Amino acid sequence: NIFRTIGYKKKYVKVPHGHIWVEGDHHGHSFDSNAFGPVSLGLLHARATHILWPPQRWQKLQPMLPPERKPLQREQE
Amino acid sequence: MFRNALGKTLRFLGYTVQYGCIAHCAFEYLGGIVVCSGPSMEPTIQNSDVVFSENLSRHFYCIRKGDIVIVKSPNDPKSNICKRVIGLEGDKVCTSNPSDFLKSHSYVPKGHVWLEGDNLRNSTDSRCYGPVPYGLIRGRICFKIWPLNDFGFLRASPNGHRFLDD
Repeated sequence: NIFRTIGYKKKYVKVPHGHIWVEGDHHGHSFDSNAFGPVSLGLLHARATHILWPPQRWQKLQPMLPPERKPLQREQE
Repeated sequence: MFRNALGKTLRFLGYTVQYGCIAHCAFEYLGGIVVCSGPSMEPTIQNSDVVFSENLSRHFYCIRKGDIVIVKSPNDPKSNICKRVIGLEGDKVCTSNPSDFLKSHSYVPKGHVWLEGDNLRNSTDSRCYGPVPYGLIRGRICFKIWPLNDFGFLRASPNGHRFLDD
């Protein structure tokens, strides 16, 4: 996939094979792939599925891709 | 009689689960036996050699320059690769091939290591895909088990010139 990045050293980046691009939801205040680049899939530890505490924020986390962060071009496998 | 058989089956399953958990913890945290394939570590490790790897060094951050490590492949998380650590974070490494006329150097970024196979001519390593994050290291190879005529601790790197001392 090819992405437009926010504040990364290159304006457009192609995520290499076997890597992922991660971003925090709070752009500008997040230490994420815009700082350290694509992350190797082998480093992936787990996926957050629910918020348990505090009880008033108990919810299931929905996987959601903000429309402005969609990939510019999807490579055909 | 039927209850007897059922009891025995459940006990057997219980033992299997217990031994499975202990084996999993041992392989994950202590070490295990690994079969290596490929020519990239010759002559130190040949194709189909059996070696013993330990995982304690990785958890205690005791991986040193010159260690042979087993690492999850950066481009394919399902496969493992076996290479030698040439540089730790902050070290200066030579990124050009030995045959190049102009040598280029760079520093290993924080949290990464620089890996190279002993068989420099036939090895895809950090010279190809760059420095590898420390988190991908699975274990350190201590000694070789098979073939028996080569049993024992592993030799030092035949490429001593690749280690740049500041």
